[in-house]
Amino acid sequence: MSGTATLSVERLVAGYDPGVPIVRGASIRVEPGEIVALLGANGAGKSTLVKAVAGLVPKFSGAVFLDGAEITRLPGHRLVRRGLAFVPQTENVFARMSIGDNLALAAAVLPHRERHARIDEMYGFFPGIAGRHGLLAGRLSGGERQMLAIARALMVRPRLLILDECSAGLSPKMVETVFVQLQAIRQSGVTILIVEQNVRAALAIADRAYVLADGENRHAGRVAELRNDPAIAELYLGAGRRVEAELR
Amino acid sequence: MNLQFVVDGFLTGAMIGLGAIGVTLTYSVLRFANFAHGEFLAWGAYATLVIAGLIGAAAGGDIASLGPFSFGWPVLVAGVAAMVLTGLLALALDAVLFRILRARGNAIVMVMASFGASMALRSLLEFIFTGAPAYFSRDIQIAIPLGAGIRVTPDQLLVLGLAVVLVAGMYLVMTRTTIGRAMRAVSENPTLSTVVGVDVERVIRATWLLGGALACAGGIMLGITVQIRPYMGFDLLLPLFAAAILGGIGSMPGAVVGGLIVGLAESAAVPLFGAGFRGAVAFLLLIAVLIVRPTGLFGMRE
Repeated sequence: MSGTATLSVERLVAGYDPGVPIVRGASIRVEPGEIVALLGANGAGKSTLVKAVAGLVPKFSGAVFLDGAEITRLPGHRLVRRGLAFVPQTENVFARMSIGDNLALAAAVLPHRERHARIDEMYGFFPGIAGRHGLLAGRLSGGERQMLAIARALMVRPRLLILDECSAGLSPKMVETVFVQLQAIRQSGVTILIVEQNVRAALAIADRAYVLADGENRHAGRVAELRNDPAIAELYLGAGRRVEAELR
Repeated sequence: MNLQFVVDGFLTGAMIGLGAIGVTLTYSVLRFANFAHGEFLAWGAYATLVIAGLIGAAAGGDIASLGPFSFGWPVLVAGVAAMVLTGLLALALDAVLFRILRARGNAIVMVMASFGASMALRSLLEFIFTGAPAYFSRDIQIAIPLGAGIRVTPDQLLVLGLAVVLVAGMYLVMTRTTIGRAMRAVSENPTLSTVVGVDVERVIRATWLLGGALACAGGIMLGITVQIRPYMGFDLLLPLFAAAILGGIGSMPGAVVGGLIVGLAESAAVPLFGAGFRGAVAFLLLIAVLIVRPTGLFGMRE
């Protein structure tokens, strides 16, 4: 691959305690327009890696670049203005605020004249939350909350959208809906990095995937290559034969 | 039973409510109980007194009262300036004390530090101004009879009106502005706020500024309707916390409603049980709320 990657993470060491880093030298690269999946067993360091990229977990060494510009030391709130949007796994909406206020809060990054139009655009993109502007986000179902969280992240017209376990706790039907939505988001020009435990769903929409283990890169490649490598499924995708079968 | 306690209760409640807004904002955004908050009322009142005195001296001394009120225009101008200064005082206290402790992440230490700051700020006021009460004006006002045994002075009506305007303004700030939404967001989830692009440190600064300014307004109102003393804020501390907890920590309307309930209950206690019970009412209300509804009237569970 050549040219400037949308996201480039180089030998990142990150975690909560410098003496016990969770991410230990992982490197990933996400090209413009791609959907890349970050896979691995529980505790592999996937979520910590994306949280570190989003500025929520301390980075001890290594470097992170967004569209070629280094963002390693930028605080989380400034990354949003640089075009990086992150959807956390849990507590990803403000439950005590209305749907409208959740979106308006994110819209503050945009020029004033564009805010209302962008909120309307999001309602068009996510009909499930449209027409419920004043409803408290805490009253939404799990799937609707996920839609609101993604809509809120897209408010800022990000170049890179990172989703941490966006299928966790959702019904299979809702997972399908969310992943269809992600493909539509990619079509609109947004590059996507997803951290997933749901291997089948992730590989169904991803172009490439990285497999992490113990905070380090273990495998990387195009989805087809990973699908055809039973050893990878057996060793690194968490549940051995069951996961391997799932991959097929 | 004379209904005068209703007016007195609303007046006291309005002042408590304004102070309680700052308490509830500080508690929800910074996650600690700031026991120095009452001192902002006293410092605000004294700052207004000093600035009004300086304006009066600069203007030649003899300034007539404003319409039916007991004080002249310098008090209004000084009040606005003092609100800004008290906000800055709160900000300075954060910069030299709380921000350092916050970085270490120990809420109990911050609460203890706020006790220390409260004593230091109060003692400094007492050192500068002595413990003797001071007044914006010593003019005696004739109360206007409103019927049903209720009498109210023009100053009291003005204070009530100002409280309504400030609360309405604050409500608009919290619901219609970016900084207001950001404050609500940080109070609910600071990490998610960062993800959304909110500068949490900026929100913390805004919280100190607004909380300090509103406490100053409450102090000025207390100074206009009662008197100014170094202990005026400390004496209101328990009612402030009772109001904030009664309304539900984090809820601005809750703080105002809580303030009115505490104020009315305190005032009603005087004719019902005697003046000696007035101070106990806030404490009893606090205990009752913590037992029956710990989240308060408008509070939501985590």
